[in-house]
Amino acid sequence: MRQLQHVDIAVIGAGPAGLAAAAAARSAGAAVIIIERDDRAGGILNQCIHDGFGLQRFDCALTGGEYAHIDELACRDAGVELLTDTYVSSIERTESGFALHTMTTGLISVITAAAVILAMGCRERTAGAISLPGTRPAGIYTAGTAQRLTNMQNIMTGSRFLIIGSGDIGLIMARRVTLEGGSVAAVTEIQPYPGGLDRNIRQCLTDFSIPLYLETGIVEILGTDRVTGALIAPVGRDGLLDTTRSTHIPCDTILLSVGLIPENELTRSLDAVMDPVTGGPAVDEHLMTSVPGLFACGNVLQVHDVVDLVSQEAAHAGTCAAAYLRGERAEKRKTITLQAGEGIRYVLPQSMSAQGSTLLSCRVRKPMEDVTIQIRSGSELIYRQQLPYVQPSEMIQIPLDLSETAADTSVEVHCVRT
Amino acid sequence: MNYFGLFRAIVCVYDTSMKHVDVIIIGAGIIGCAAARELSRYQISVAVLEKEYDTGFGTSSRNSGVVHSGIHYRSGTLRAIHAVRGNHMMQQLCEQLQVPFKPTGKLTVAFDRSQCEELKVLKAQGEANGVPGLEIIDVERMQRLQPGISGIQALYSPSTAIISPYELTIACAESAHHNGVEFHFGHTVSAIDRAEDGFIVHDAEGLCPIHAAIVINAAGLYADSIAQMAGIQGITIYPCKGEYYVLDKRLGDQLDVLIYPVPGHHSSGLGIHLTQTVDGNILIGPSTAYSDSKEHTGTTSEILRALRAAGHTLLPTLSEGDFIRTFAGLRPKLNPPEVGGFGDFILEDHDRFILLAGIESPGLTAAPSLALEIVALVRSHLSLVEKQHWSGTLPARERFLELPLDRQQQLVEQDPDHGSIVCRCEGITKAEVLQAVDRIIGPVTYTGIKLRCRSMMGRCQGGFCIPRIAQLLEEERGITMDQQQLKGPGSPMYHRHLRPEESTS
Repeated sequence: MRQLQHVDIAVIGAGPAGLAAAAAARSAGAAVIIIERDDRAGGILNQCIHDGFGLQRFDCALTGGEYAHIDELACRDAGVELLTDTYVSSIERTESGFALHTMTTGLISVITAAAVILAMGCRERTAGAISLPGTRPAGIYTAGTAQRLTNMQNIMTGSRFLIIGSGDIGLIMARRVTLEGGSVAAVTEIQPYPGGLDRNIRQCLTDFSIPLYLETGIVEILGTDRVTGALIAPVGRDGLLDTTRSTHIPCDTILLSVGLIPENELTRSLDAVMDPVTGGPAVDEHLMTSVPGLFACGNVLQVHDVVDLVSQEAAHAGTCAAAYLRGERAEKRKTITLQAGEGIRYVLPQSMSAQGSTLLSCRVRKPMEDVTIQIRSGSELIYRQQLPYVQPSEMIQIPLDLSETAADTSVEVHCVRT
Repeated sequence: MNYFGLFRAIVCVYDTSMKHVDVIIIGAGIIGCAAARELSRYQISVAVLEKEYDTGFGTSSRNSGVVHSGIHYRSGTLRAIHAVRGNHMMQQLCEQLQVPFKPTGKLTVAFDRSQCEELKVLKAQGEANGVPGLEIIDVERMQRLQPGISGIQALYSPSTAIISPYELTIACAESAHHNGVEFHFGHTVSAIDRAEDGFIVHDAEGLCPIHAAIVINAAGLYADSIAQMAGIQGITIYPCKGEYYVLDKRLGDQLDVLIYPVPGHHSSGLGIHLTQTVDGNILIGPSTAYSDSKEHTGTTSEILRALRAAGHTLLPTLSEGDFIRTFAGLRPKLNPPEVGGFGDFILEDHDRFILLAGIESPGLTAAPSLALEIVALVRSHLSLVEKQHWSGTLPARERFLELPLDRQQQLVEQDPDHGSIVCRCEGITKAEVLQAVDRIIGPVTYTGIKLRCRSMMGRCQGGFCIPRIAQLLEEERGITMDQQQLKGPGSPMYHRHLRPEESTS
């Protein structure tokens, strides 16, 4: 039989974002259901058996599983309903909100909700997405897939590894496979600076004497049946790889840690306005997308560095979604658009109501020393902060109060040398 | 030699009666499989020998999947004859085998006056070849068929279509197998001896030699070395690589009709273009570059860069995140690099050794027609009596997420596994993955599963479903982690269990 169920708020995804959003929405009085496609809550945290989670939020270093467990318990205690092994196959708008078509073993059903919080997280960029040249033998995995196989399925993917890209998951996996008796020939990074956090470079590479080759790319993957190696080369003056200086790295496994892409296929199907830079939907200060009643938080909105900030953002989305249902959100006032200016890659939220306040997130384009973050409305400087060092891998968050700013203006965020 | 091969070799020593079949087909690509299916109608024994561990792992799965109309080939050539007849046969064959077939039509676009003259020549040639419905159309008609298209005139060929080339190959093999054809995978032919009443075919793996009355050389890139084994000199196959990008399905609805440039006179390909696939992706490619290797299907950064540039020109809304995979295929060319262009197909009967060589484009289109021609040649040596019970159709293979709700409901009630999603990008259910596993004739491989159900073919390229498939194979089909291969023995997916004492296998 097809089941029909109605809730106030449906949260898609039970990773850290979904759990925090659901708990916050529930404590604000809404009836909440979380729909999770995996067999348990926690999302990607379940495969993160290393510690370092919760340093900001709990002032202690938890494992991913421990961190997720705290939020899962909070959801259970608050009375949030959790559906696991359930996949949202499509979503559509209805007169009273949304209808979510879901599938689980032995059952397809429809859940209707007045509001939806998107918390689907992100997926990893693949060999195809970075146009990795060469053959496609066995032994090429994204770092997160290898992490799941290693930490949840008892499978060592290889013995000698080359890690392409210096994203955090790749760094964590470099240490992980080394601890399990594998060896890591090198980590290569096409940019002149690492993609992951400084602490992960130190704790996962330096401490284990694993070389990191910056401004180095892949000329060719070698091997027909299983990976046998790769040719790597430095970036030359013309920006292309200098193949005259290529080096052969023997290895049997390639792990890719070359970026994350917010998983927004459902969002696009609702025609929400997207931000081409973040890869997520454009939102206002309530983290509501251009579709009324559709909220987004966590890595589906913007890829975060640390889970603590995901939880913080998601709790805000949950609170705002509950307020939206109570009709507390004032009628749409004239808006202010927020834009990335000099040295800034993106700004979130992309718009705000006039007189509103928000916690603004942004990232810089490249590493810089001694900079000033300036927020300007036309010629008026409304915020400035000096920072000794900024880099793209570390998100900058700024509490922003626009109570003095007129409607229909544009606010720009800049990062300039002090 | 793998253990299985060793076992077979030992058995062979004690087996005094050599195995005999009426027909051996060398190569389980589209030509070999289409021929096997046609031959399976008759009361003869047929064995297909394939060096890979599945059907269509070579050129047959590495092409644009276009069913060509037949306008490009000089009248009277085998390419012209078999492309036109094959095109005519294809839709019905696909219906019988439940292979997706999409009649798209094609526009060959002229950008200047001289190319408009070329269009007239192509139209006349196509009409002489028997291609139906050809029309030279103006910009207004072009815009109606494909909004936003550039060019000043086009030749419209309505009989051009697209299919899934690997699904057709797999389905032909499956149909042949259901009707009694044997498939021997991992079987590399190493020598062919002429015997009094046929041939003795030896293999490199040390399996049993097989005696056959007739041998069909459908070895594709290796047609030259197989011909040489049978004493036929003078055939050389030059591999010519074509690289492709696969684009995200997000862009799939932007193309309504196939669009090709007017080909250059000495070009060895039909030019870089966009081709939609039956599954809703778009392909950019193929490039054209002669290669030294018949095995190396790797892509190269220079050509990928050129393809990306072409893609951005042809599809202005393309973004970097839309490239989901690259692949390359090798054309089995008869013309050496210094000559270029296209040679005609070779289809010859050398006293019971049936030679097919140079079956490059439009080989996929021509396959059903070439299969009939092969049967005619076999008939000249063997009496072919039809089987009483031959079934040329395969059961419907439904894609769960594309079905209407009431049918989904029905399937979930029949088998709860239909409700469980394994591949999130393509929306493939556990039931569909297991059906694919069970359809495989040879060893179960990840590539075999992928080509049969599209799991691992989506935008995350298996990041989500590979760990789930690993678990499914172990728990549902008893294939332990250490036995799981990408494309056959020698391509292990995983290294070892991390904690052997905790493993279930």
